[in-house]
Amino acid sequence: MSSREEILKTAENLRWELGERFHDLTVEALYAEASRIARKTVSAAGTRPGFDFERALDRLVTGKWTGFPIMFALLGIVFWITIEGANVPSSFLASVLIDSLHPLLKETGSSFGFPWWLNGFLFDGMYLAVAWVVSVMLPPMAIFFPLFTIAEDFGYLPRVAFNLDALFRRAGAHGKQALTMAMGYGCNAAAIISTRIIDSPRERLIAILTNNFSLCNGRWPTQILMATIFIGALAPPLLSSAVSALAVVTVVVIGVAMTFIVSWGLSKTILKGQASFFSLELPPYRPPRIWQTVYTSVIDRTLIVLWRAVVWALPSGAVIWLVSNIHVGNASIAEHAIASLDPIGLLVGLNGVILLAYIIAIPANEIVIPTILMLTALVTGMTGVGSGAGVMFELESEAATAEVLRAGGWTLLTGINLMLFSLLHNPCSTTLYTIYKETGSAKWTTLSALLPLSIAFVVCFLVTQLWGLLF
Amino acid sequence: MNPLNRDERLVRHGLDASSADVVIALAGNPNVGKSTVFNTLTGLKQHTGNWPGKTVVRAEGSYSFNRRKYKVVDLPGTYSLLSASADEEIARDFILFGRPDVTVVVVDATRLERNMNLVLQVLEITEKVVVALNLMDEARRHGITVDDRSLMRELGVPVVPLVARTGEGVPALLQRIEEVATGSYECRPRRVWTESPKLRKAVDRVVERLKRAFPTLPNARWVALRLLEGDQRIAEAVRTGELGRIASLEGTAVMRKAKEDARVVA
Repeated sequence: MSSREEILKTAENLRWELGERFHDLTVEALYAEASRIARKTVSAAGTRPGFDFERALDRLVTGKWTGFPIMFALLGIVFWITIEGANVPSSFLASVLIDSLHPLLKETGSSFGFPWWLNGFLFDGMYLAVAWVVSVMLPPMAIFFPLFTIAEDFGYLPRVAFNLDALFRRAGAHGKQALTMAMGYGCNAAAIISTRIIDSPRERLIAILTNNFSLCNGRWPTQILMATIFIGALAPPLLSSAVSALAVVTVVVIGVAMTFIVSWGLSKTILKGQASFFSLELPPYRPPRIWQTVYTSVIDRTLIVLWRAVVWALPSGAVIWLVSNIHVGNASIAEHAIASLDPIGLLVGLNGVILLAYIIAIPANEIVIPTILMLTALVTGMTGVGSGAGVMFELESEAATAEVLRAGGWTLLTGINLMLFSLLHNPCSTTLYTIYKETGSAKWTTLSALLPLSIAFVVCFLVTQLWGLLF
Repeated sequence: MNPLNRDERLVRHGLDASSADVVIALAGNPNVGKSTVFNTLTGLKQHTGNWPGKTVVRAEGSYSFNRRKYKVVDLPGTYSLLSASADEEIARDFILFGRPDVTVVVVDATRLERNMNLVLQVLEITEKVVVALNLMDEARRHGITVDDRSLMRELGVPVVPLVARTGEGVPALLQRIEEVATGSYECRPRRVWTESPKLRKAVDRVVERLKRAFPTLPNARWVALRLLEGDQRIAEAVRTGELGRIASLEGTAVMRKAKEDARVVA
């Protein structure tokens, strides 16, 4: 018998001698000792004053009738501030990076004698993709992340988890999934890593597979733009910001609902099992450290997320430029692809342009909208907007953007479906890679891509059919 | 404003944790301010958040104090070293097998009793422990006083009252860490709860055999205790010999995994 087996044998025998309550006894001894030490060293001063601020606040934000309205109101306010506040810096960055710097770079290229295709590939393709990502993403992230982090630092996030805990458990998932879901509103890839706080592999997989329904920051520009153009525009000008924010909140709520529905479905089918019990702890409220929070969330979150987007935008920009400039027969690759994707797209209330944009932009959701605009201008053959084939552009006003889209055959239905598709479709490639690393399984990674994608198609199809019946 | 800024003995190195003289593990329950202590020591700006389970992977950083270089490893928060979710395992494996020179257990002064469970378990594994009694400002606000001197006597290791957010008590913490690391402060942890005569005999017999099979194992006593409690994961590590590999070298699967995890966040 090897010495290792002998160790186990000895331990096993001694375990019998010690009796089966041994484990409980050591744990009891541990707790007794801990409590003895605490009693001896800690003294609390008399009774607390009558009014306890923390308890009162907790009663309010986790209350049966007040908890959810406060949650949605806060969410709405955060989105409203983000939408209102991001406009000015976004157009400033766009005017510097795209209107001024881009022509300058192209001129410099020409003066060095670059051939047209090199100039186009470098500056119209790669540079513009990056410039777009920076000007569209940076301002909303720089506003949203600090706001979110301040709420987190204060201690509000665990209260949200507390509100949702019972619902998650009823869906057969782990209560802590509420926390990983909240992380997903920042970045799905980071949230996938954070699912490590869930002990049970079954519940952790549910959290991973449904995390996609938390709208990540790369997808707000799409949501915000669609909400502004197609939904906010229906309201009088004074209210349009608020209505747009409300539309985005609605999409978020649909995402939460999908999280519950899909979690429930998974826990009844391929990931069967009971929800494990845990006690969610409400940490004390702490005064948020505003400046540190702003600093760390700008450095840690905003810049790191932005950097990743930029890294992915470079090759995507190159691909976009190539597919719109390489011609097969009498049309570019992009036009061929759009023509063949159009029937499927129209069936689900989208179009070929949108589907192609999602294929090209799989590395980063951030560049979906610029790609869509560029491709739309390409196929409608519009003149006077944009700067030609494969050149991503932004239009000065949302009205002008809306005009391009309407010329491409877009309707209110297209806008709504794009918002739904953006919420429900497969995670970006960074997230998929993270899922693969965390689960170590190609099977679960594939499922985590195909499950949301098919849900996205089904939902968009149903909405389109329903729309056809109603209008 | 920050008393640390005036302490010229402290040099923060941020991420550069190469060639450290002393390795410190930062352990503690979730949401007691470990990451804040980590940032204060290293000058890094690791993201902190007010909810349990914020740190799920290890982070490393370093500082110099009195011309000695310290590497700090911030571990995920755990309530105990007995269970096995992915984040808790990282903490447990590092304290057990990463062989830190000093383990700093950060505890919440307002919830001392619950935090004591982890402190007592860490004291089972290693002697070189400093207890950082954090969130003293909150304790004061709630009218709670903690007698740190008598706590120090009870535990047999240094206890330092701390407000990591403002830097109060940090110079004393640095001093204590140095004393424990160099051995000028001799820790005498009290292990009352596992000292029943019947148990001690059983533990000794398993330890004796463990020492024969794995001569380099640093925490034979704790491993024996786990085996007696029927911990399947530890039993598996003994059966496959994984325990020996872990104990002998740094370049083990556990360490590699932990290092990789640290890179994911960076």
